[in-house]
Amino acid sequence: MPTVSMKVNGQSVSHDVADNTLLVTFLRETLGLTGTHIGCDTSQCGACVIHVNGASVKSCTMLAAQANGADVTTIEGIANGDELHPMQQAFHENHGLQCGFCTPGMIMSAIELVETNKKLSEQDIREGLEGNICRCTGYHNIVKSVQDAAQKMGG
Amino acid sequence: MSEGIAEGIGASVRRKEDRKFITGRGRYTDDINRAGQLHAFFVRSDVAHAKIKSVDIKKAAAMDGVAAVYTGRDIADDGVGGLICGWVVPNRDGSATHEPPHPILAKDKVRYVGDHVAMVVADSLATAQAAAELVNVTYEELPAVVDLASAATAAEIHDGMANNTYFDWELGDEAATADAFSKAKHVVSATLRNNRLIPNAMEPRAAVAEYDHIADSYVLHSTTQNPHLLRLVICAFVLNIPESKMQIVAPDVGGGFGSKIYLYAEEACCTWASKKLRRPIKWTADRTQAFLSDAHGRDHINNVQMALDDNNKIIGLRVDTLANLGSYLSAFAVVTPTYLHGTLLSGCYAIPAIYTNVKGMATTTAPVDAYRGAGRPEATYLLERMMNIAAAEIGMDPAEFRRINFIPKDAFPYQTAVALQYDIGDYEAPLDRALEMIDYKGFETRRAEAAKRGKYRGIGLSSYIEACGIAPSAVVGALGGRVGLYESAVVRVDPTGTVSVFTGTHSHGQGHDTTFAQIVADKLGIPLANVEIVHGDTNRIPFGMGTYGSRSLAVGGTAISKAVDKVIEKGKIIAAHMLEAADSDMEFKDGKFAVAGTDKEKSFGEIALSAYVPHNFPHDRLEPGLEETAFYDPLNFTYPSGTHIAEVEIDPATGVVTLVDWACCDDFGNLINPMIVEGQVHGGIAQGVGQALLENAHYDENGQLLTASYMDYCMPRADNFPSLQVDYTVTACTHNDLGVKGCGEAGAIASPPALINAVVDALSPLGVTDMTMPASPEKVWRAIQNAQTKAAE
Repeated sequence: MPTVSMKVNGQSVSHDVADNTLLVTFLRETLGLTGTHIGCDTSQCGACVIHVNGASVKSCTMLAAQANGADVTTIEGIANGDELHPMQQAFHENHGLQCGFCTPGMIMSAIELVETNKKLSEQDIREGLEGNICRCTGYHNIVKSVQDAAQKMGG
Repeated sequence: MSEGIAEGIGASVRRKEDRKFITGRGRYTDDINRAGQLHAFFVRSDVAHAKIKSVDIKKAAAMDGVAAVYTGRDIADDGVGGLICGWVVPNRDGSATHEPPHPILAKDKVRYVGDHVAMVVADSLATAQAAAELVNVTYEELPAVVDLASAATAAEIHDGMANNTYFDWELGDEAATADAFSKAKHVVSATLRNNRLIPNAMEPRAAVAEYDHIADSYVLHSTTQNPHLLRLVICAFVLNIPESKMQIVAPDVGGGFGSKIYLYAEEACCTWASKKLRRPIKWTADRTQAFLSDAHGRDHINNVQMALDDNNKIIGLRVDTLANLGSYLSAFAVVTPTYLHGTLLSGCYAIPAIYTNVKGMATTTAPVDAYRGAGRPEATYLLERMMNIAAAEIGMDPAEFRRINFIPKDAFPYQTAVALQYDIGDYEAPLDRALEMIDYKGFETRRAEAAKRGKYRGIGLSSYIEACGIAPSAVVGALGGRVGLYESAVVRVDPTGTVSVFTGTHSHGQGHDTTFAQIVADKLGIPLANVEIVHGDTNRIPFGMGTYGSRSLAVGGTAISKAVDKVIEKGKIIAAHMLEAADSDMEFKDGKFAVAGTDKEKSFGEIALSAYVPHNFPHDRLEPGLEETAFYDPLNFTYPSGTHIAEVEIDPATGVVTLVDWACCDDFGNLINPMIVEGQVHGGIAQGVGQALLENAHYDENGQLLTASYMDYCMPRADNFPSLQVDYTVTACTHNDLGVKGCGEAGAIASPPALINAVVDALSPLGVTDMTMPASPEKVWRAIQNAQTKAAE
């Protein structure tokens, strides 16, 4: 089994894993970072979105080995201690979650969306979140959350 | 209600449960791992209908890392019971619902693609999955039965069940209805199809089963909406385990929408095998398995006739329904298209005569059961489509046609022709408000403006009623239900005045931790932070019925309220003793027990401490402690209602329907947390929009599910919606303490007919009068082409 090394939420990790280990499995099973979820098997739902070298990635669509040497951030790594990331805070303030299952992926996608785009319109946000499925909220409050966070993040 | 509590009843308090979810610290079943655990993978039928000739497990069992391979024979030899039906109805001829056996692993026959044939248990999921590939099942194929309309004359699915009919049920007065039709001025007829859906909670079902051979007891972590119901069924009917030896834990659960009510084969198999192997066993569905074997929803064909008199008043309604229940009867498959459907056929309208006949049909497809709304969306769809079809035929505005047929607000309590008695309502108020919100009067201007841009614009209404909090239990029993439908609560006050509430309901997105805490904090006059809500663990909570049918607040919330009342009553006696006053002089307000008209008072915290440190305590009258239990069995259903209005634009070049505006006004009775209620409305609308525009479960003629992934089953995405306008009117429920009705399913009930009415309205200038769900671009485009071809002829 090859050794895979990467930085996850600021900490260096190194583990021997089977070649076919998906990044999401590595995070959940090997590292115990269960905030990243698996909601489908076709890379559609986005519950597993994390950041790899700053870009949002569906971690079910990448092998752990492909992330060798990368800087990985998961939902567990975006708050600054007890201080929530503005996107997390905005989801709380705007009731942008119900069951919470899609939420980590949604927040990770939304952060990248806001960080890489200036002046997002409501439609931009709706289209930008196309790769994340939520069954509970009807997206209404998710969109409000992202708008709110975008303001606070200076987007 | 206490005044001045910003966290109390009526406040949009931000949710207490959010923090764990937004930081990735939620704990869902698949997040749970146990030392030494094994992984299960199920061999599923890849044919729709077949006799099992043989199941060869030798190669699979011999594979490295495989602990066991079990078949239907092993299950049967061990005396394991099958899955059961929780509600049955009588047939028209007085005979009983046909309840064919539903083994947890098929032994002789498979009846749908996805049916469970064998269980492989191995030291890793990958090994279990690889070994499952080596299980060789030989089938003798039988004809698939897929088409609902012809199912009665198709191949027999269950031995001895004639015409593939589980039941043939009726409700209402057939003769009176026939009489109404004989006197009608107009009779409006339509065939209306309610499409088949797959619930798709984002968290797939999962289970972790553990057996403790020293204590001879089990712990089952499960993605269930109702842990006690699961425990009862798995213990008493399937595995023959004493209930006291089984702990069911439903930790964080990622959505349910009905699909997680039922005990499924997988969790029963894992629990059974955990004892055989004396190892924890974990199983998690992937999305494909969820599509194949989660209970599906809807799937009805209705033939509907509506009779109108000279004044355009509805005088009769007849509905003949074929309900596709799939290969086996799921737990609430029978009640969903019957008592949760036929009883709703009066809607918001004064209809003196109604008759309905429902035939529950078997097909070789996945079992069909309750999905968000459960019967009520199907009833509302046919009724609200008929309201528009009739209005169009008589040339009346659909809003006015609804208005003149509404049950007037001074007619409550109102006895319908289909068994229900509505306690209270005011249907014009939400109609008027919704019309105002969407600027109904200005619509024709918007239609003309859209036409200039080459788009067809349409508007569609739906005025719905729903029945939540199914009850009382005695009536449920009389109607064929095999469960009680009360709810339970324990309110435990700690010596320092903090409060833990143990509820029999289960929160899987609904925000109970916050809403229920608001009720308690408000009533006791204590900070919200001092109240914790506990649910989802049969070893901690009182026996309760769980969460579905928009029942949690109306039934579970009322149980909590009643338990809090008992705490207050006990507290008054303790306070009266301490203050040397009469019980009858005691008042409780804003967290203080006071002697009326004096400044003598004791705080809630002082009374709590006194209850547990009972030095100065009325021992002659009370036991120490401050913990109360309430079981609440409601007197009636609750009846939320409202009007939803959709506005759409259609691009004739592509057939794409764009939802451009949505306005709704609902009457849910009193609101505890308006923010959470609004979220429930949004989510319900989205699922209804999904049904009407996007989603469809499609089996081919061989019984293969063609829509078994998110590549093929179109889930609603963020860019399918405009911003949604939501408002409320209030008539408080008359028979529960909180005056609440329930809000979880309303959006899913109201929205599909509003949307289809809007699509048909948009295309009405072309002569289009109907559109089946989902109104996909292809169907809409074809309807436009056909209409244009006809017009050219």
